[in-house]
Amino acid sequence: MRLEPRLPTGPVADAWGRRRQELAQIAPANRRRYRVLVVGSGLAGAAAAASLAEQGYRVRVLTYHDSPRRAHSVAAQGGINAARNYQNDGDSVDRLFRDTVRGGDFRARELGCHRLAEISGSIIDQCVALGVPFAREYGGTLSNRSFGGSQVSRTFYARGQTGQQLLYGVVQALLRQVEAGRVELCPQRDVLDLISLDGVARGAICRHRLSGALETHTADAVLLASGGYSNVFHRSTNAVRSNASALWRCHRRGALMANPCFTQIHPTCIPSGDPDQSKLTLMSESLRNDGRVWLPRRAGDHRTPDQVPEVERDYFLERLYPSYGNLVPRDVASRRARELCGAGHGVGPAGRSIYLDFEEAIEREGRGVIQARYGNLFSMYERITGVDPYREPMRIYPAPHYTMGGLWVDYHLMSTIPGLFVLGEANFSEHGANRLGASALMQGLADGLFIAPATVPAWLAEHPHPALPHHHPACRDAVEGVRQRIAGLRAIGGSRLAVDLRRLLGGLLIESCGISRSAAGLRSGLEGVAALRASFDQDLRLPDPETPLDPELERALQLEDYLELAELMLRDALAREESCGAHFREEHQSESGEALRRDAGFSHIAAWEWRSDGAPIRHQEPLHFRAISPTARSYR
Amino acid sequence: MSSSSSLSLTLRIWRQRQDEPRGRFLDHHLTGLSPDLSLLEALDRLNQQLLLEGERPVSFDHDCREGICGSCGFLINGQAHGLRSGTTVCQLYLREFSDGQTLTLEPWRARAFPPIQDLVVDRSALDRLLMAGGYVSVNIGSAPEANVLPVGRDLAEQAFEAASCIGCGACVAACPNASASLFVAAKLAHLELLPQGQPEASRRSRRMREQMDAEGFGVCGNQLECSAVCPKEIPSRLISRMNHQAMA
Repeated sequence: MRLEPRLPTGPVADAWGRRRQELAQIAPANRRRYRVLVVGSGLAGAAAAASLAEQGYRVRVLTYHDSPRRAHSVAAQGGINAARNYQNDGDSVDRLFRDTVRGGDFRARELGCHRLAEISGSIIDQCVALGVPFAREYGGTLSNRSFGGSQVSRTFYARGQTGQQLLYGVVQALLRQVEAGRVELCPQRDVLDLISLDGVARGAICRHRLSGALETHTADAVLLASGGYSNVFHRSTNAVRSNASALWRCHRRGALMANPCFTQIHPTCIPSGDPDQSKLTLMSESLRNDGRVWLPRRAGDHRTPDQVPEVERDYFLERLYPSYGNLVPRDVASRRARELCGAGHGVGPAGRSIYLDFEEAIEREGRGVIQARYGNLFSMYERITGVDPYREPMRIYPAPHYTMGGLWVDYHLMSTIPGLFVLGEANFSEHGANRLGASALMQGLADGLFIAPATVPAWLAEHPHPALPHHHPACRDAVEGVRQRIAGLRAIGGSRLAVDLRRLLGGLLIESCGISRSAAGLRSGLEGVAALRASFDQDLRLPDPETPLDPELERALQLEDYLELAELMLRDALAREESCGAHFREEHQSESGEALRRDAGFSHIAAWEWRSDGAPIRHQEPLHFRAISPTARSYR
Repeated sequence: MSSSSSLSLTLRIWRQRQDEPRGRFLDHHLTGLSPDLSLLEALDRLNQQLLLEGERPVSFDHDCREGICGSCGFLINGQAHGLRSGTTVCQLYLREFSDGQTLTLEPWRARAFPPIQDLVVDRSALDRLLMAGGYVSVNIGSAPEANVLPVGRDLAEQAFEAASCIGCGACVAACPNASASLFVAAKLAHLELLPQGQPEASRRSRRMREQMDAEGFGVCGNQLECSAVCPKEIPSRLISRMNHQAMA
């Protein structure tokens, strides 16, 4: 298989504009003949569905939520970047482009990053027009703050609920199209397979979560915007029902999976306390604008934080990275936290936390100012831990957060299955090996508002297909496949609940493929996953439900996919013999413990091809840097 | 975050299968619970127990478990989202309860929210309220430069406050008339306060209020229970604002 990224040639700066002019279009009156199926209703999915419906295409949206407003984009806290130079600090499209390429540790395509930076401004315009109540200055102009990995203030925000407000903006745009009859909204649908005909994506099979019915949905193009997969770690910052099923089933149908091992570990999360705890809650990175990270200088210091005098505190990020301080990128901050906790400096249960302290900020700015900036985060922390962060430092620890890996897509966001487009966190694009703060919302909206609405119509224009009837063998076979899979899981009749195995899988994966990875750890991780797969195949307990509502079935289906995905993540991490961004291989580090990239061997995107024999094939798409020359990332 | 004590709780839960016209309360006992668990994590534990015993697990809605998606919500001892104010069910931790306590869990009950199973009800009526004009009619790609339209900080803050409604339905559940006034008033205020939402403000207000009746929500009787239970503390003055604007 040859990967064809369809990248524009010529100068980087106006490549997207040139490509847009070349893209085929469909006359307005003809658009209603085309049907587009969108899977997922988060920022990318809702935005794409609304945009395409506004253009006149017939859109159907499948979402497993009861309302599109529940999509996990709603939980993003901190903000969204845009190159607007509103703060007169010299920001520009070029600077955002450079920060994005550099922040991704040179493992993303230059052209994609540039396009993202270019589009960023229009996203803010559009969201303001949709009624997103961004923070404002007294004079009425938009306000900005700074985020990790950047030295300018380019992050637009709505208190600590930016994702919620952006999502509501695009969901309202979507509901407007539902009302207008241009979008058919299908909630409570769990997508379990892709329908492909002659290798072209033509629809999806899903299970109605309330009736249990298996449904066939056909279309002329399929847009997958189903989010990320970091719940494979069991406890992550994702919503507990976030899953990888739709994405993984597309992979098994032939969509290559790119850079699966690149999972961002977010440094500021509320650590785990109890074995039954179901998730890890993110505390926005914006807190690091005012909060100072520290640990006791002396290992094994069990005094309460107020008992540790100033001179015995180690503000280690400020000490190690004077120019970025507490705002160093996420991978760097996470690694330092893990090392110091490993060396016995950690605080809290099992010494697995660090302090994020607001004492100085409260003294400097006053409690009112801090409350206005972060009030909802402070109360969230207080509810979960029972500790008041205005009086005591927060205790935080890194947790699996955002997945930079995902289905491989070309410049048009099309996967290796023609007609299957992948948007937002479900694809691998733009972030490289790491993600800057406030860039995920930007990518989801860029994909959904502006890129897919330009490239999907071009595909439709060039590939007219006759309608695919539901009784077609391609549809019937796909439904039958899902039916047999479910029957097979029920037939195992073992003794272990899915959640049991899932907990073990998560623990194993975080240990072997988390903040830090080594060849030996990854190999033992692979053995561990194989053993868990055997337990799953032989000993799963999936009771017959009394009613169609069956979350246990959903869990079992997801776990089966997670087991295969985890194996691929481990293989990918093992094959990438270098350290870059979120992927830190212990064998490849400098004397001072910084990540060592190996551009000569690994300046490429690794894209894995599914094989039913369990031996996936690793393909490579080489990366070329024309506008920026790769340098070592340094935040010191 | 760390505690050595453990709790026992009795959960009196409304059990109603999807195919049953009526449900009933059943007592479920849990022991050895850490006070650091959330109430939903205790329900997870109960469900594992029920599955292993061959019983039907309890259905409840949940997802983000950090108080923002609006999926979760049921009555705890008669109070929507429980006794603690400004909090969703998923953010209730067992340290709020005492050892040996009995908690009664029952679903939102409102004509516009048909029951699905156990603690789960159908809240799609709230989305249909939004479809009746709860948006700004601007096509994607046709927006002016963002700073062309200044919005004062205070106004933006007020719009944000109204916009922070998560659509959980607690306001409806707490209202003796099962009115959706707070939900609608919040959306109207969010969009009317901003200049972007003003051109279609009166049309939006009329249509959303009409849709409220069509969905079977009751009328507002000014009891203000809605605001008292709202996990996002949406102020009840927004309802007065809505009524005032409607009469103007």
